[in-house]
Amino acid sequence: MSTIEEVVAVGGERALDAHRVRMDFPILHETVRGKDLVYLDNAATTQKPRQVIDALSRFYTSENSNIHRGVYYLSERATAAYEKARVSVQHFLNAQRSDEIIFVRGATEAINLVASSFGGTAIGAGDEIVVSAMEHHSNIVPWQLVAEQVGASLSVIPMDQSGTLIQAEYEKLLGPKTKLVALVHVSNSLGTVNPVKEMTAMARARGIPVLIDGAQAAAHVNIDVLDIGCDFYAISGHKMFGPTGIGALYGRADLLDSMPPYQGGGEMIRSVTFEGTTFADAPAKFEAGTPHIAGAIGMGAAVAYLEALGWNAIHNHEMELLEYATNRLSEVPGLEIVGRANERAAVISFVLEGVHAHDVGTIVDQDGVAIRTGHHCTQPVMDFFGLPATARASFAFYNTMEEVDLLVAALHRVREVFG
Amino acid sequence: MADLTELYQQVILDHNRKPRNFRVIEDADRVSFGDNPLCGDKIKVYLKLNANVIEDVSFHGSGCAISQSSASLMTQSVLGKTVEEAIDLFTRFHSMVTTEIGSAIDETGLGKLRAFGGVREFPSRVKCANLSWHTLRSALESGTDSVSTE
Repeated sequence: MSTIEEVVAVGGERALDAHRVRMDFPILHETVRGKDLVYLDNAATTQKPRQVIDALSRFYTSENSNIHRGVYYLSERATAAYEKARVSVQHFLNAQRSDEIIFVRGATEAINLVASSFGGTAIGAGDEIVVSAMEHHSNIVPWQLVAEQVGASLSVIPMDQSGTLIQAEYEKLLGPKTKLVALVHVSNSLGTVNPVKEMTAMARARGIPVLIDGAQAAAHVNIDVLDIGCDFYAISGHKMFGPTGIGALYGRADLLDSMPPYQGGGEMIRSVTFEGTTFADAPAKFEAGTPHIAGAIGMGAAVAYLEALGWNAIHNHEMELLEYATNRLSEVPGLEIVGRANERAAVISFVLEGVHAHDVGTIVDQDGVAIRTGHHCTQPVMDFFGLPATARASFAFYNTMEEVDLLVAALHRVREVFG
Repeated sequence: MADLTELYQQVILDHNRKPRNFRVIEDADRVSFGDNPLCGDKIKVYLKLNANVIEDVSFHGSGCAISQSSASLMTQSVLGKTVEEAIDLFTRFHSMVTTEIGSAIDETGLGKLRAFGGVREFPSRVKCANLSWHTLRSALESGTDSVSTE
Protein backbone atom coordinates (compact mmCIF):
# COMPACT_ATOMS: atom_id res chain seq x y z
CA MET A 1 0.00 0.00 0.00
CA SER A 2 1.26 3.42 -0.81
CA THR A 3 1.55 6.13 1.78
CA ILE A 4 0.07 9.57 1.31
CA GLU A 5 3.55 10.96 0.68
CA GLU A 6 4.11 8.50 -2.13
CA VAL A 7 0.78 9.34 -3.75
CA VAL A 8 1.63 13.02 -3.58
CA ALA A 9 5.05 12.32 -5.04
CA VAL A 10 3.54 10.34 -7.91
CA GLY A 11 1.19 13.25 -8.62
CA GLY A 12 4.29 15.41 -8.73
CA GLU A 13 2.53 18.22 -6.90
CA ARG A 14 2.39 19.34 -3.32
CA ALA A 15 -0.96 20.38 -1.89
CA LEU A 16 -1.53 24.11 -2.05
CA ASP A 17 -1.19 25.97 1.23
CA ALA A 18 -3.52 28.93 0.71
CA HIS A 19 -2.36 30.64 3.89
CA ARG A 20 1.21 30.59 2.69
CA VAL A 21 0.31 31.63 -0.85
CA ARG A 22 -1.54 34.64 0.55
CA MET A 23 1.77 36.03 1.77
CA ASP A 24 2.59 36.75 -1.87
CA PHE A 25 -0.44 39.02 -2.27
CA PRO A 26 0.01 42.34 -0.42
CA ILE A 27 -3.59 43.49 -0.94
CA LEU A 28 -5.00 40.43 0.84
CA HIS A 29 -3.60 41.89 4.05
CA GLU A 30 -5.58 45.11 3.72
CA THR A 31 -8.44 45.80 6.08
CA VAL A 32 -11.88 47.16 5.17
CA ARG A 33 -13.60 49.20 7.90
CA GLY A 34 -11.30 47.57 10.42
CA LYS A 35 -12.05 44.07 9.17
CA ASP A 36 -9.88 41.76 7.12
CA LEU A 37 -10.61 41.98 3.43
CA VAL A 38 -12.38 38.85 2.16
CA TYR A 39 -11.94 39.15 -1.58
CA LEU A 40 -14.45 36.99 -3.44
CA ASP A 41 -14.75 38.89 -6.72
CA ASN A 42 -12.02 37.08 -8.60
CA ALA A 43 -14.19 36.60 -11.66
CA ALA A 44 -14.18 40.39 -12.08
CA THR A 45 -10.46 40.72 -11.53
CA THR A 46 -7.84 38.78 -9.62
CA GLN A 47 -5.32 40.21 -7.17
CA LYS A 48 -1.64 40.50 -8.05
CA PRO A 49 1.22 38.68 -6.38
CA ARG A 50 4.35 40.56 -5.33
CA GLN A 51 6.17 38.85 -8.21
CA VAL A 52 3.93 40.60 -10.77
CA ILE A 53 4.05 43.97 -8.98
CA ASP A 54 7.85 43.69 -8.80
CA ALA A 55 8.11 42.85 -12.49
CA LEU A 56 6.21 46.03 -13.39
CA SER A 57 8.25 48.09 -10.98
CA ARG A 58 11.52 46.59 -12.23
CA PHE A 59 10.65 47.35 -15.83
CA TYR A 60 9.84 50.99 -15.17
CA THR A 61 12.75 51.38 -12.77
CA SER A 62 15.53 49.91 -14.86
CA GLU A 63 14.39 48.69 -18.28
CA ASN A 64 11.89 51.19 -19.66
CA SER A 65 12.40 52.02 -23.33
CA ASN A 66 10.52 51.41 -26.55
CA ILE A 67 10.81 48.04 -28.20
CA HIS A 68 11.75 46.77 -31.67
CA ARG A 69 13.41 50.09 -32.54
CA GLY A 70 16.42 51.19 -30.62
CA VAL A 71 19.84 49.76 -31.32
CA TYR A 72 20.91 50.75 -27.85
CA TYR A 73 21.28 48.46 -24.86
CA LEU A 74 18.12 49.45 -22.99
CA SER A 75 15.83 49.00 -25.98
CA GLU A 76 17.34 45.61 -26.72
CA ARG A 77 16.74 44.59 -23.14
CA ALA A 78 13.11 45.78 -23.20
CA THR A 79 12.53 44.03 -26.53
CA ALA A 80 13.95 40.81 -25.16
CA ALA A 81 11.77 41.02 -22.03
CA TYR A 82 8.65 41.70 -24.11
CA GLU A 83 9.34 38.82 -26.47
CA LYS A 84 10.17 36.54 -23.56
CA ALA A 85 6.72 37.32 -22.17
CA ARG A 86 5.23 36.27 -25.50
CA VAL A 87 7.00 32.92 -25.21
CA SER A 88 5.70 32.54 -21.64
CA VAL A 89 2.13 33.08 -22.86
CA GLN A 90 2.77 30.68 -25.75
CA HIS A 91 3.73 27.95 -23.27
CA PHE A 92 0.86 28.91 -20.97
CA LEU A 93 -1.62 28.23 -23.77
CA ASN A 94 0.49 25.44 -25.25
CA ALA A 95 0.62 27.09 -28.67
CA GLN A 96 3.09 25.69 -31.19
CA ARG A 97 4.68 29.00 -32.11
CA SER A 98 5.25 32.29 -30.32
CA ASP A 99 4.13 34.29 -33.37
CA GLU A 100 0.68 32.81 -32.83
CA ILE A 101 0.42 34.99 -29.70
CA ILE A 102 -0.76 38.58 -30.17
CA PHE A 103 -0.69 40.98 -27.27
CA VAL A 104 -3.90 42.97 -26.93
CA ARG A 105 -5.62 45.03 -24.21
CA GLY A 106 -7.61 42.07 -22.94
CA ALA A 107 -9.99 39.30 -24.01
CA THR A 108 -12.48 41.92 -25.20
CA GLU A 109 -9.98 43.37 -27.64
CA ALA A 110 -8.88 39.89 -28.69
CA ILE A 111 -12.45 39.04 -29.67
CA ASN A 112 -12.95 42.39 -31.37
CA LEU A 113 -9.74 41.81 -33.33
CA VAL A 114 -11.05 38.50 -34.65
CA ALA A 115 -14.53 39.92 -35.29
CA SER A 116 -13.13 42.84 -37.22
CA SER A 117 -10.25 41.22 -39.09
CA PHE A 118 -11.41 37.62 -39.57
CA GLY A 119 -15.14 38.35 -39.36
CA GLY A 120 -14.93 41.23 -41.78
CA THR A 121 -13.53 39.02 -44.54
CA ALA A 122 -14.67 35.45 -43.77
CA ILE A 123 -18.28 36.20 -42.83
CA GLY A 124 -20.73 37.47 -45.42
CA ALA A 125 -24.39 38.15 -46.11
CA GLY A 126 -26.67 35.32 -44.98
CA ASP A 127 -23.94 33.62 -42.93
CA GLU A 128 -24.38 32.52 -39.34
CA ILE A 129 -22.23 32.98 -36.24
CA VAL A 130 -22.93 30.54 -33.43
CA VAL A 131 -22.60 31.76 -29.83
CA SER A 132 -23.89 30.22 -26.60
CA ALA A 133 -26.62 31.32 -24.20
CA MET A 134 -24.05 31.94 -21.46
CA GLU A 135 -21.70 34.32 -23.28
CA HIS A 136 -20.31 37.43 -21.64
CA HIS A 137 -21.41 40.57 -23.46
CA SER A 138 -17.87 40.78 -24.86
CA ASN A 139 -18.49 37.59 -26.86
CA ILE A 140 -21.91 38.75 -28.09
CA VAL A 141 -21.66 42.41 -29.01
CA PRO A 142 -18.59 42.20 -31.33
CA TRP A 143 -20.40 39.51 -33.34
CA GLN A 144 -23.59 41.55 -33.46
CA LEU A 145 -21.59 44.45 -34.83
CA VAL A 146 -19.96 42.36 -37.54
CA ALA A 147 -23.26 40.60 -38.31
CA GLU A 148 -24.95 43.94 -38.81
CA GLN A 149 -22.12 45.16 -41.03
CA VAL A 150 -22.09 42.19 -43.38
CA GLY A 151 -25.72 41.04 -43.12
CA ALA A 152 -25.03 37.86 -41.13
CA SER A 153 -26.98 36.60 -38.12
CA LEU A 154 -26.33 35.10 -34.68
CA SER A 155 -27.56 31.64 -33.61
CA VAL A 156 -27.58 30.81 -29.91
CA ILE A 157 -26.77 27.42 -28.34
CA PRO A 158 -29.42 26.99 -25.65
CA MET A 159 -28.76 25.83 -22.08
CA ASP A 160 -30.83 23.96 -19.54
CA GLN A 161 -31.85 25.02 -16.02
CA SER A 162 -28.60 23.74 -14.55
CA GLY A 163 -26.61 26.07 -16.78
CA THR A 164 -25.37 23.31 -19.11
CA LEU A 165 -25.28 23.83 -22.87
CA ILE A 166 -27.54 21.43 -24.77
CA GLN A 167 -25.17 19.57 -27.11
CA ALA A 168 -27.88 18.09 -29.36
CA GLU A 169 -29.18 21.59 -30.06
CA TYR A 170 -25.64 22.83 -30.71
CA GLU A 171 -25.10 20.19 -33.36
CA LYS A 172 -28.31 21.22 -35.11
CA LEU A 173 -27.07 24.81 -35.36
CA LEU A 174 -23.93 23.82 -37.26
CA GLY A 175 -24.81 24.14 -40.91
CA PRO A 176 -23.35 25.15 -44.28
CA LYS A 177 -23.91 28.82 -43.45
CA THR A 178 -22.10 28.68 -40.11
CA LYS A 179 -18.85 30.60 -40.49
CA LEU A 180 -17.69 30.72 -36.88
CA VAL A 181 -18.43 29.33 -33.43
CA ALA A 182 -17.64 31.74 -30.57
CA LEU A 183 -17.86 29.97 -27.25
CA VAL A 184 -17.00 30.71 -23.63
CA HIS A 185 -14.71 28.19 -21.90
CA VAL A 186 -15.80 28.96 -18.32
CA SER A 187 -18.95 30.99 -17.62
CA ASN A 188 -18.29 34.03 -15.42
CA SER A 189 -21.82 34.10 -14.03
CA LEU A 190 -22.62 30.37 -13.68
CA GLY A 191 -19.20 28.78 -13.30
CA THR A 192 -20.00 26.21 -15.99
CA VAL A 193 -16.93 24.68 -17.62
CA ASN A 194 -17.97 23.93 -21.18
CA PRO A 195 -16.68 20.83 -23.02
CA VAL A 196 -14.75 23.04 -25.43
CA LYS A 197 -12.66 20.22 -26.86
CA GLU A 198 -15.68 18.17 -27.90
CA MET A 199 -17.59 21.23 -29.09
CA THR A 200 -14.61 22.44 -31.11
CA ALA A 201 -14.26 19.01 -32.70
CA MET A 202 -17.91 19.08 -33.78
CA ALA A 203 -17.42 22.41 -35.52
CA ARG A 204 -14.01 21.61 -36.99
CA ALA A 205 -15.35 18.35 -38.45
CA ARG A 206 -17.58 20.59 -40.57
CA GLY A 207 -14.73 22.97 -41.40
CA ILE A 208 -16.05 25.71 -39.10
CA PRO A 209 -13.47 27.78 -37.21
CA VAL A 210 -13.86 28.16 -33.44
CA LEU A 211 -13.00 31.02 -31.09
CA ILE A 212 -12.86 30.27 -27.37
CA ASP A 213 -13.30 33.08 -24.85
CA GLY A 214 -10.95 32.00 -22.08
CA ALA A 215 -11.07 35.18 -19.98
CA GLN A 216 -12.58 33.30 -17.05
CA ALA A 217 -10.80 30.00 -17.66
CA ALA A 218 -7.24 31.29 -17.40
CA ALA A 219 -7.26 31.49 -13.58
CA HIS A 220 -8.84 28.06 -13.10
CA VAL A 221 -7.97 25.68 -15.92
CA ASN A 222 -4.79 24.40 -17.54
CA ILE A 223 -5.41 25.69 -21.06
CA ASP A 224 -4.10 23.71 -24.03
CA VAL A 225 -5.10 25.18 -27.37
CA LEU A 226 -3.60 22.25 -29.27
CA ASP A 227 -5.61 19.75 -27.28
CA ILE A 228 -8.79 21.84 -27.63
CA GLY A 229 -8.07 22.24 -31.34
CA CYS A 230 -9.53 25.74 -31.52
CA ASP A 231 -8.55 28.40 -34.03
CA PHE A 232 -8.60 31.36 -31.67
CA TYR A 233 -8.33 31.65 -27.90
CA ALA A 234 -8.72 34.93 -25.95
CA ILE A 235 -7.41 35.73 -22.46
CA SER A 236 -7.07 38.77 -20.17
CA GLY A 237 -4.00 39.35 -18.00
CA HIS A 238 -5.87 40.87 -15.09
CA LYS A 239 -8.12 37.84 -14.66
CA MET A 240 -5.07 35.59 -14.22
CA PHE A 241 -3.17 37.58 -11.56
CA GLY A 242 -1.46 39.86 -14.10
CA PRO A 243 -1.90 43.59 -14.82
CA THR A 244 -4.97 45.27 -16.31
CA GLY A 245 -4.79 46.56 -19.87
CA ILE A 246 -2.99 43.50 -21.26
CA GLY A 247 -4.24 40.26 -22.71
CA ALA A 248 -3.47 37.85 -25.48
CA LEU A 249 -5.05 36.34 -28.53
CA TYR A 250 -3.91 32.96 -29.76
CA GLY A 251 -4.58 32.53 -33.45
CA ARG A 252 -3.64 29.60 -35.70
CA ALA A 253 -0.71 30.74 -37.83
CA ASP A 254 -2.32 30.07 -41.21
CA LEU A 255 -5.43 32.03 -40.23
CA LEU A 256 -3.40 34.95 -38.88
CA ASP A 257 -1.44 35.01 -42.15
CA SER A 258 -4.60 35.30 -44.20
CA MET A 259 -6.21 37.98 -42.03
CA PRO A 260 -5.94 41.70 -42.79
CA PRO A 261 -4.50 44.02 -40.09
CA TYR A 262 -6.73 45.10 -37.23
CA GLN A 263 -5.40 48.62 -36.68
CA GLY A 264 -2.90 50.62 -38.71
CA GLY A 265 0.12 52.40 -37.32
CA GLY A 266 3.70 51.94 -36.31
CA GLU A 267 5.18 48.50 -35.59
CA MET A 268 2.77 46.69 -37.94
CA ILE A 269 4.36 47.63 -41.26
CA ARG A 270 7.18 46.39 -43.43
CA SER A 271 7.39 49.55 -45.56
CA VAL A 272 5.28 52.64 -45.99
CA THR A 273 5.07 55.03 -48.93
CA PHE A 274 2.23 57.37 -49.85
CA GLU A 275 1.40 54.98 -52.66
CA GLY A 276 0.90 52.03 -50.37
CA THR A 277 2.01 49.99 -47.40
CA THR A 278 3.15 46.43 -46.98
CA PHE A 279 2.42 44.84 -43.66
CA ALA A 280 4.61 42.94 -41.27
CA ASP A 281 3.87 39.29 -40.49
CA ALA A 282 1.94 38.21 -37.40
CA PRO A 283 2.16 39.02 -34.58
CA ALA A 284 3.49 42.51 -35.46
CA LYS A 285 0.77 42.90 -38.10
CA PHE A 286 -1.79 42.99 -35.30
CA GLU A 287 0.17 45.07 -32.80
CA ALA A 288 0.02 48.61 -34.16
CA GLY A 289 1.55 51.30 -31.99
CA THR A 290 3.66 50.97 -28.87
CA PRO A 291 2.16 48.09 -26.92
CA HIS A 292 1.67 47.79 -23.15
CA ILE A 293 5.25 46.58 -22.72
CA ALA A 294 5.24 46.55 -18.92
CA GLY A 295 1.85 44.85 -18.95
CA ALA A 296 3.10 42.05 -21.18
CA ILE A 297 6.11 41.54 -18.91
CA GLY A 298 3.77 41.53 -15.89
CA MET A 299 1.56 38.96 -17.62
CA GLY A 300 4.64 36.83 -18.21
CA ALA A 301 5.41 37.06 -14.49
CA ALA A 302 1.85 35.94 -13.69
CA VAL A 303 2.29 32.92 -15.97
CA ALA A 304 5.54 32.03 -14.19
CA TYR A 305 3.78 32.35 -10.83
CA LEU A 306 0.90 30.06 -11.88
CA GLU A 307 3.28 27.49 -13.30
CA ALA A 308 5.28 27.42 -10.08
CA LEU A 309 2.09 26.72 -8.09
CA GLY A 310 1.05 23.97 -10.48
CA TRP A 311 -2.38 23.35 -11.99
CA ASN A 312 -3.15 20.19 -10.03
CA ALA A 313 -2.59 21.99 -6.75
CA ILE A 314 -4.69 24.98 -7.89
CA HIS A 315 -7.47 22.76 -9.20
CA ASN A 316 -7.63 20.58 -6.09
CA HIS A 317 -7.76 23.55 -3.75
CA GLU A 318 -10.45 25.30 -5.80
CA MET A 319 -12.60 22.17 -5.97
CA GLU A 320 -12.38 21.88 -2.18
CA LEU A 321 -13.42 25.53 -1.88
CA LEU A 322 -16.30 25.00 -4.31
CA GLU A 323 -17.61 21.97 -2.47
CA TYR A 324 -17.26 23.56 0.95
CA ALA A 325 -18.83 26.86 -0.18
CA THR A 326 -21.70 25.05 -1.93
CA ASN A 327 -22.48 23.11 1.26
CA ARG A 328 -22.12 26.06 3.62
CA LEU A 329 -24.17 28.42 1.42
CA SER A 330 -26.97 25.86 1.28
CA GLU A 331 -27.33 26.32 5.06
CA VAL A 332 -28.40 29.95 4.64
CA PRO A 333 -32.22 30.10 4.76
CA GLY A 334 -33.78 31.11 1.44
CA LEU A 335 -30.52 30.95 -0.49
CA GLU A 336 -30.66 29.43 -3.94
CA ILE A 337 -27.61 28.73 -6.09
CA VAL A 338 -27.99 29.64 -9.76
CA GLY A 339 -25.95 27.35 -12.02
CA ARG A 340 -25.60 23.70 -11.10
CA ALA A 341 -23.69 22.26 -14.02
CA ASN A 342 -21.68 19.10 -13.30
CA GLU A 343 -18.43 20.66 -14.46
CA ARG A 344 -17.98 23.95 -12.65
CA ALA A 345 -15.21 26.31 -11.69
CA ALA A 346 -15.17 27.88 -8.21
CA VAL A 347 -17.77 30.51 -9.07
CA ILE A 348 -21.12 30.56 -7.28
CA SER A 349 -24.03 32.79 -8.25
CA PHE A 350 -26.90 32.91 -5.82
CA VAL A 351 -30.07 34.71 -4.87
CA LEU A 352 -31.48 35.26 -1.40
CA GLU A 353 -35.24 35.06 -1.13
CA GLY A 354 -36.84 38.45 -0.50
CA VAL A 355 -33.57 40.38 -0.69
CA HIS A 356 -32.26 42.07 -3.82
CA ALA A 357 -28.68 41.14 -4.72
CA HIS A 358 -27.63 44.77 -4.44
CA ASP A 359 -28.70 44.88 -0.78
CA VAL A 360 -26.86 41.62 -0.15
CA GLY A 361 -23.68 43.14 -1.60
CA THR A 362 -23.89 46.30 0.50
CA ILE A 363 -24.53 44.43 3.75
CA VAL A 364 -21.78 41.82 3.39
CA ASP A 365 -19.38 44.62 2.43
CA GLN A 366 -19.82 45.95 5.95
CA ASP A 367 -18.04 42.80 7.09
CA GLY A 368 -15.25 43.31 4.58
CA VAL A 369 -16.63 40.69 2.18
CA ALA A 370 -16.30 41.77 -1.46
CA ILE A 371 -18.70 39.97 -3.78
CA ARG A 372 -20.18 41.04 -7.08
CA THR A 373 -23.86 41.82 -7.50
CA GLY A 374 -25.71 42.53 -10.71
CA HIS A 375 -25.96 40.86 -14.09
CA HIS A 376 -22.20 40.20 -14.44
CA CYS A 377 -22.25 41.39 -18.06
CA THR A 378 -24.41 38.40 -18.93
CA GLN A 379 -27.89 39.92 -19.25
CA PRO A 380 -29.18 37.07 -21.45
CA VAL A 381 -28.27 34.62 -18.65
CA MET A 382 -30.23 36.69 -16.12
CA ASP A 383 -33.19 36.86 -18.53
CA PHE A 384 -33.06 33.07 -18.98
CA PHE A 385 -33.36 32.50 -15.23
CA GLY A 386 -35.89 35.34 -14.88
CA LEU A 387 -33.67 37.21 -12.44
CA PRO A 388 -32.84 40.92 -12.42
CA ALA A 389 -29.51 40.20 -10.73
CA THR A 390 -27.59 37.68 -8.67
CA ALA A 391 -24.92 37.87 -6.02
CA ARG A 392 -21.73 36.07 -6.99
CA ALA A 393 -18.86 34.73 -4.94
CA SER A 394 -15.94 33.82 -7.18
CA PHE A 395 -12.87 32.18 -5.70
CA ALA A 396 -9.17 31.98 -6.47
CA PHE A 397 -6.47 29.65 -5.16
CA TYR A 398 -5.64 32.13 -2.38
CA ASN A 399 -9.09 31.96 -0.83
CA THR A 400 -9.55 29.89 2.31
CA MET A 401 -12.28 27.89 4.01
CA GLU A 402 -12.29 30.54 6.76
CA GLU A 403 -13.24 33.13 4.16
CA VAL A 404 -16.17 30.95 3.10
CA ASP A 405 -17.24 30.94 6.76
CA LEU A 406 -17.01 34.76 6.89
CA LEU A 407 -19.16 35.03 3.78
CA VAL A 408 -21.77 32.73 5.30
CA ALA A 409 -21.74 34.67 8.59
CA ALA A 410 -22.21 37.93 6.65
CA LEU A 411 -25.14 36.40 4.76
CA HIS A 412 -26.78 35.50 8.06
CA ARG A 413 -26.46 39.18 8.93
CA VAL A 414 -28.35 40.05 5.74
CA ARG A 415 -31.17 37.82 7.01
CA GLU A 416 -31.08 39.65 10.35
CA VAL A 417 -31.38 43.08 8.70
CA PHE A 418 -34.18 42.02 6.39
CA GLY A 419 -35.96 39.79 8.90
CA MET B 1 -18.20 55.51 9.75
CA ALA B 2 -20.99 54.20 7.56
CA ASP B 3 -23.43 52.18 9.58
CA LEU B 4 -25.90 49.66 8.18
CA THR B 5 -28.73 50.84 10.42
CA GLU B 6 -28.25 54.35 8.98
CA LEU B 7 -28.92 52.95 5.52
CA TYR B 8 -31.52 50.30 6.27
CA GLN B 9 -33.74 52.28 8.62
CA GLN B 10 -36.97 50.67 9.80
CA VAL B 11 -39.10 52.95 7.63
CA ILE B 12 -37.07 51.91 4.56
CA LEU B 13 -37.36 48.21 5.37
CA ASP B 14 -41.09 48.63 6.01
CA HIS B 15 -41.72 50.38 2.67
CA ASN B 16 -39.62 47.75 0.92
CA ARG B 17 -41.75 44.98 2.42
CA LYS B 18 -45.04 46.76 1.82
CA PRO B 19 -44.58 49.35 -0.91
CA ARG B 20 -47.34 51.99 -0.91
CA ASN B 21 -49.05 53.09 -4.13
CA PHE B 22 -47.55 50.06 -5.87
CA ARG B 23 -50.02 49.82 -8.71
CA VAL B 24 -50.69 50.83 -12.29
CA ILE B 25 -52.92 53.86 -12.92
CA GLU B 26 -54.76 52.79 -16.06
CA ASP B 27 -55.89 56.28 -17.05
CA ALA B 28 -52.70 58.10 -16.04
CA ASP B 29 -52.00 61.47 -17.63
CA ARG B 30 -48.28 60.89 -17.51
CA VAL B 31 -46.18 57.69 -17.41
CA SER B 32 -42.43 57.64 -17.21
CA PHE B 33 -39.96 54.72 -17.23
CA GLY B 34 -36.63 54.68 -15.45
CA ASP B 35 -33.94 52.06 -15.05
CA ASN B 36 -30.50 51.36 -13.66
CA PRO B 37 -29.10 49.04 -16.33
CA LEU B 38 -26.16 48.09 -14.12
CA CYS B 39 -28.23 46.66 -11.28
CA GLY B 40 -31.37 45.85 -13.25
CA ASP B 41 -33.70 48.14 -11.30
CA LYS B 42 -36.72 49.11 -13.38
CA ILE B 43 -39.54 51.45 -12.45
CA LYS B 44 -42.59 53.10 -13.99
CA VAL B 45 -44.11 56.17 -12.38
CA TYR B 46 -47.76 57.01 -13.11
CA LEU B 47 -49.29 60.45 -12.57
CA LYS B 48 -52.79 61.87 -12.64
CA LEU B 49 -52.84 65.65 -12.71
CA ASN B 50 -55.75 67.95 -11.96
CA ALA B 51 -54.75 71.29 -13.38
CA ASN B 52 -51.36 71.66 -11.74
CA VAL B 53 -51.93 69.36 -8.79
CA ILE B 54 -50.81 65.73 -8.44
CA GLU B 55 -54.16 64.07 -7.85
CA ASP B 56 -52.84 60.51 -7.93
CA VAL B 57 -49.39 58.98 -8.19
CA SER B 58 -48.18 55.39 -8.21
CA PHE B 59 -45.27 53.23 -9.27
CA HIS B 60 -44.59 49.72 -10.49
CA GLY B 61 -41.39 47.78 -11.07
CA SER B 62 -38.63 45.89 -9.33
CA GLY B 63 -35.40 46.69 -7.63
CA CYS B 64 -33.41 46.74 -4.42
CA ALA B 65 -34.76 47.81 -1.03
CA ILE B 66 -33.43 51.33 -1.42
CA SER B 67 -34.99 51.96 -4.82
CA GLN B 68 -38.32 50.35 -3.93
CA SER B 69 -38.75 52.13 -0.61
CA SER B 70 -37.61 55.41 -2.11
CA ALA B 71 -40.30 55.12 -4.79
CA SER B 72 -42.91 54.20 -2.19
CA LEU B 73 -42.10 57.12 0.10
CA MET B 74 -41.85 59.46 -2.88
CA THR B 75 -45.41 58.72 -3.99
CA GLN B 76 -46.67 59.50 -0.49
CA SER B 77 -44.76 62.73 -0.22
CA VAL B 78 -45.73 64.26 -3.58
CA LEU B 79 -49.41 63.31 -3.52
CA GLY B 80 -51.54 66.48 -3.44
CA LYS B 81 -48.58 68.73 -4.26
CA THR B 82 -48.34 71.04 -7.26
CA VAL B 83 -45.88 70.20 -10.04
CA GLU B 84 -43.58 73.01 -8.85
CA GLU B 85 -43.68 71.79 -5.24
CA ALA B 86 -42.87 68.26 -6.35
CA ILE B 87 -39.90 69.45 -8.41
CA ASP B 88 -38.72 71.49 -5.43
CA LEU B 89 -38.91 68.33 -3.31
CA PHE B 90 -36.92 66.44 -5.95
CA THR B 91 -34.19 69.07 -5.66
CA ARG B 92 -34.15 68.84 -1.88
CA PHE B 93 -34.07 65.03 -1.91
CA HIS B 94 -31.36 64.94 -4.54
CA SER B 95 -29.30 67.42 -2.57
CA MET B 96 -29.71 65.38 0.65
CA VAL B 97 -28.41 62.12 -0.85
CA THR B 98 -25.53 63.78 -2.68
CA THR B 99 -24.35 66.25 -0.01
CA GLU B 100 -20.72 65.63 0.82
CA ILE B 101 -20.14 63.54 3.92
CA GLY B 102 -19.35 65.86 6.79
CA SER B 103 -21.45 68.78 5.44
CA ALA B 104 -24.76 69.52 7.11
CA ILE B 105 -27.93 68.37 5.33
CA ASP B 106 -30.77 70.84 4.84
CA GLU B 107 -33.75 68.77 5.96
CA THR B 108 -36.37 71.47 5.42
CA GLY B 109 -39.62 70.04 4.14
CA LEU B 110 -38.28 66.51 3.70
CA GLY B 111 -40.34 64.86 6.45
CA LYS B 112 -40.17 61.07 6.27
CA LEU B 113 -37.76 61.31 3.34
CA ARG B 114 -35.06 62.12 5.88
CA ALA B 115 -34.77 58.34 6.28
CA PHE B 116 -32.58 58.42 3.16
CA GLY B 117 -30.05 60.73 4.80
CA GLY B 118 -27.73 57.73 5.36
CA VAL B 119 -27.54 56.87 1.67
CA ARG B 120 -24.78 59.41 0.99
CA GLU B 121 -22.46 57.23 3.10
CA PHE B 122 -22.88 54.52 0.43
CA PRO B 123 -21.90 56.14 -2.89
CA SER B 124 -22.77 53.07 -4.94
CA ARG B 125 -26.35 53.24 -3.64
CA VAL B 126 -27.13 56.91 -4.33
CA LYS B 127 -28.47 56.08 -7.76
CA CYS B 128 -30.85 53.53 -6.22
CA ALA B 129 -32.42 56.22 -4.02
CA ASN B 130 -32.57 58.69 -6.90
CA LEU B 131 -34.06 56.43 -9.57
CA SER B 132 -37.74 57.01 -8.78
CA TRP B 133 -37.21 60.73 -8.31
CA HIS B 134 -35.52 61.12 -11.68
CA THR B 135 -38.34 59.13 -13.22
CA LEU B 136 -40.93 61.35 -11.51
CA ARG B 137 -39.20 64.52 -12.66
CA SER B 138 -39.14 63.22 -16.19
CA ALA B 139 -42.90 62.58 -15.98
CA LEU B 140 -43.53 66.01 -14.49
CA GLU B 141 -41.41 67.93 -16.97
CA SER B 142 -41.76 66.18 -20.26
CA GLY B 143 -44.68 63.83 -20.02
CA THR B 144 -44.09 60.25 -21.13
CA ASP B 145 -40.39 59.51 -21.36
CA SER B 146 -37.70 57.28 -20.02
CA VAL B 147 -34.66 58.02 -17.90
CA SER B 148 -31.63 56.17 -16.69
CA THR B 149 -29.55 56.98 -13.66
CA GLU B 150 -26.44 55.14 -14.83
